[in-house]
Amino acid sequence: MSSRDAPGTGTPNGKSAIDAAAAPCSCGHSHGHQQTDEKRAAEPDPGALISARGVTMWRGSREVLSDIDVDVRRGEIVTLIGPNGAGKTTLVRILLGIEHPERGRIIKPASTRIGYVPQRFEVDSAIPMTVESFLALGEHTTQKAIKAALEETGAAKTINQQLSKLSGGETQRVLIARALLRKPNLLILDEPASGVDFTGEADLYDLIGRLRDKHNLGVLLVSHDLHVVMARSDRVICLNAHVCCSGKPEDVSQHAAYARIFGPQAASVLGVYRHHHDHRHDLTGEPKPLAGASPPGRGS
Amino acid sequence: MFDWPEPFVWRALFAAVGLAIIAAPLGCIVVWRRMSYVGETLSQAGLLGVALGLAANVDLTFSVILAAIAAAGVLTLLSRQKMVPLDSALGLMHHATLALGIAAIALVKGPAIDLMSYLFGDVFAVTATDLYWIYGGGAVVVAITLYLWQPLVRLSLHEDLATAEGINPRLPRAAFDLLLAVVIAVAMKIVGILLVMAFLVVPAVAARPLSETPERMAVLAGAVAILGVILGLWLSLSSDAPGGPSIVIALCTIASISLLAGSLRRR
Repeated sequence: MSSRDAPGTGTPNGKSAIDAAAAPCSCGHSHGHQQTDEKRAAEPDPGALISARGVTMWRGSREVLSDIDVDVRRGEIVTLIGPNGAGKTTLVRILLGIEHPERGRIIKPASTRIGYVPQRFEVDSAIPMTVESFLALGEHTTQKAIKAALEETGAAKTINQQLSKLSGGETQRVLIARALLRKPNLLILDEPASGVDFTGEADLYDLIGRLRDKHNLGVLLVSHDLHVVMARSDRVICLNAHVCCSGKPEDVSQHAAYARIFGPQAASVLGVYRHHHDHRHDLTGEPKPLAGASPPGRGS
Repeated sequence: MFDWPEPFVWRALFAAVGLAIIAAPLGCIVVWRRMSYVGETLSQAGLLGVALGLAANVDLTFSVILAAIAAAGVLTLLSRQKMVPLDSALGLMHHATLALGIAAIALVKGPAIDLMSYLFGDVFAVTATDLYWIYGGGAVVVAITLYLWQPLVRLSLHEDLATAEGINPRLPRAAFDLLLAVVIAVAMKIVGILLVMAFLVVPAVAARPLSETPERMAVLAGAVAILGVILGLWLSLSSDAPGGPSIVIALCTIASISLLAGSLRRR
């Protein structure tokens, strides 16, 4: 489970309980979140490929990430969902070491090898680059390995094309091929379906699922869309600066926080929304106590 | 009857060809990173370097390199502010350095200074010492460029991807600014401060439509620059037009033809 489970539960699918209310929120007022130290997963899961503990980040006076805990283990697909500006990409950049959190830490065993697929990879057409030269760039690899990687991601026919001329779906497949050439055990994909049409999107997530099965990869996906991703995830973390809720897709989709962010229609995609509100989000996305809400506690 | 050119013509040719080779790969990176205007600003800061060099009576190549590096440092700081876009901040610095440079040169006491030779270069006045600078310094620049080539290409392509794959963006970027400053200082003698960036950017532009890979673009840019140098010097000698501007005219003509042909071919 994401954040607040006792360490060492270990199994990718974990238990089904959702632990949203335990996610602390620094907005300084009491609402459904509970901040109790004994709830904290102080020690990161030793089996995780990567873990974040208490990651906090500010942009100016806005707290974009508030005390985030995340674990990704081998063989599981974890999806970060949340509205625009929820801090998903910032969290990914911190996990990748591109940015450093103001508080909190990232725990990454030396054996973890990350393959990264960035969001919106738009190559400036001023840079001439064939797919083949891109895949060879900075990697000790062979033409055979490049062909095999492209074959595996279903982009074999692009090998001699210019990178800047690829379609959205082809670009993503080429990027995944580049990530695979690094022989990763953890794939991190930021909005892999952006710029891809709906059927292409389903194909792409199928590909990611197949790669996970074949290579026993841990996968961390970022997405703001729901249907296709959630159905294919083992675990969903709903982010809105803080972890609103996390758990199995069917549980999260029924959770109050999720429904408030994405609307009750979204909740009905995978299940029936039947939870009790514990907090709402104002226009800036900050959690606010609900008028007449019950005292802090579990929202469900 | 064919006359062998005089030595000053040979020196001009060797100097400009050397510069063409040094500048070509750096020029490609300037184009990829959309740094034309940044380079422009750094080269105009060189004028301030000329004034300081004259005042302190030190080698002008050295003082111009220092001024360009200092300008690169100021630019890094300017790029952190978020009040105005970077190109506006560059507009401020670009004009400030030009105005300050010209004013400072006018105020510096000493021998009468030919401002035009700094602004537009004097390729036919290249001395043997200049040639040592170009080929000695140039060899170092080319070696560092080759060493940093792959990280620089990866950072130009996608900075986050390169950083996530383990490249520290700071070192290649700082080194690149330094190389740019050296090339600007050396090129100043040949094409002048106002036309330095043409030597970097225009050959890369000409090479782009003909290139499938970054390496090919760098090599082709070098070839285009050498061709432009030869044509430009010939134009200058046969028409009495000044050398630096003639080279830039030749380069721009080649680039225009290449771009035009490239866009027609893609229809």
